[in-house]
Amino acid sequence: MKKFINKIDDVLVESLSGFAAAHHDLVKLNLDPNFLTRQQKSNNKVAIISGGGSGHEPLHAGYIGYGMLDAACPGHVFTSPTPDQMLAAAEAAHADKGILFIVKNYAGDVMNFEMAAEMLPFESATVLTSDDCAVINSTYTTGRRGVAGTVIVEKCVGSLAETGATLQACKTLGDKVNSRTASMGVALTSCTVPAAGRPTFDIDDNELEMGVGIHGEPGRKRETIREADAIIQDVVNAILDALKPAQNSEALLLINGFGATPLMELYLIYNTAAKLLNHHGINITRSLVGNYTTALDMAGASITLCLLDDEIKQHWDSPVHTATLRWGV
Amino acid sequence: MKTSFILNVAEYIRDAILDHESELESLDRAIGDGDHYINMKRGASAIVEMRAELESLTPDAALNKIGMKLLSTIGGASGPLLASFFMSMGKTLKEKADDGAISYAAAFADGVKAIQQRGKAGLGEKTMLDVLIPVAQQFLTLTASHTNTKEICASLIHTAEQGMLSTKALIATKGRAASLGERAIGHIDPGAKSCQLMIEAVCKQRLLIQD
Repeated sequence: MKKFINKIDDVLVESLSGFAAAHHDLVKLNLDPNFLTRQQKSNNKVAIISGGGSGHEPLHAGYIGYGMLDAACPGHVFTSPTPDQMLAAAEAAHADKGILFIVKNYAGDVMNFEMAAEMLPFESATVLTSDDCAVINSTYTTGRRGVAGTVIVEKCVGSLAETGATLQACKTLGDKVNSRTASMGVALTSCTVPAAGRPTFDIDDNELEMGVGIHGEPGRKRETIREADAIIQDVVNAILDALKPAQNSEALLLINGFGATPLMELYLIYNTAAKLLNHHGINITRSLVGNYTTALDMAGASITLCLLDDEIKQHWDSPVHTATLRWGV
Repeated sequence: MKTSFILNVAEYIRDAILDHESELESLDRAIGDGDHYINMKRGASAIVEMRAELESLTPDAALNKIGMKLLSTIGGASGPLLASFFMSMGKTLKEKADDGAISYAAAFADGVKAIQQRGKAGLGEKTMLDVLIPVAQQFLTLTASHTNTKEICASLIHTAEQGMLSTKALIATKGRAASLGERAIGHIDPGAKSCQLMIEAVCKQRLLIQD
């Protein structure tokens, strides 16, 4: 393992401290329990709080700020945060209109947020994101996983919350965006959890993992690597199968890097994916390309398609001022 | 049950987890995401470090406090599940009169029920419950028939081992391995393995006392 590390046990806190220092105009960090809030607390709005294991940066702290999240709870690497973090974050961010938790659909995250919601002294609701269509919802699964599409949910719900909308309205929009979003990822290499010190999974030089999760957990199948267009075609087909968009649908296309794939390749993926989607009668009018939901140092990328309507478009385009997304301000 | 027994068991469990580092890590690397050992070690070590704080408490209060501590230290799915187990076990011990092993079996069974409710899972889903449910049933049966401690411990160690091994042939329908489908077949569930280790540690500690 070759990484920038002082002491393994200090990696998370040192990284969070660096993030908070670099973006001190936007965020405040609290340690023990670990959570981040906006530098300026908002008034009279639903507080949007997300959280999850660390290692997916900039998710979620990179999305704290005007038009998006009010607070985020980072867990240990690839491990859900705990209820005490969520309760403290909710206490700090609560702005009189209730708490909306945005939670990626993983057993640990769901249970920890569930226990926090049960102990919370405020009204709360939860949007579970489940955009990963690699895992087919069947008797053999607990449902689809929440991955990069979570960023789109957080952006739209965050925008609506700024208007003073109710908790129920925010939840309804979050559920809608989630239901119109599908993602699938491909890994070319494994990631290495610092505390584990070695790759999470073994993969040969000539192999790829189709449908990989954002913790390097296996997906649909192990395949031999092919040219990019053939790989992208399979991912796009899986997404179209999941969403079944009508002809002339308008959509947002997000190409997300997992941490170790250069932007050059991400744009190559965008090029092919956009062409394939156009060919299927999808009109891509919004796009995002970069590292938005990573898996530490995994090489690979995911493709996310979100079917737009006027409401989602309005909330995607609205001003946002976070460390990672910043426009219209 | 004395609080000192719980505290000794906590150390025994911590050591059992530490002793099986490579096995737990490789099981979780195969069908999980590689963090199970680290999380279990963090939780078990946190409980051992609480010794001074727990010593003066009654067993039920100590179990409840252990649950709260695990909830804030482990994270992942194991945190809420194990926390629910200990908190529920503490609650049952508090509410029912101490009737020796019969009470402990009832408290253990209530703890396992709490895990089932929190995890919305049951037997045969390739999780820790494949160890815990049979052990809870066996514990209730043996205490009801007034089996002696030595036999109970030997039987529970055996039942836990069988349950752990049974996960090898299963497809996961709950937990993170659920996304693997048939690819999880042939691998022992890491959560089942760590639960088996913990039960073995409790039983062996109990046998030491009797000797």
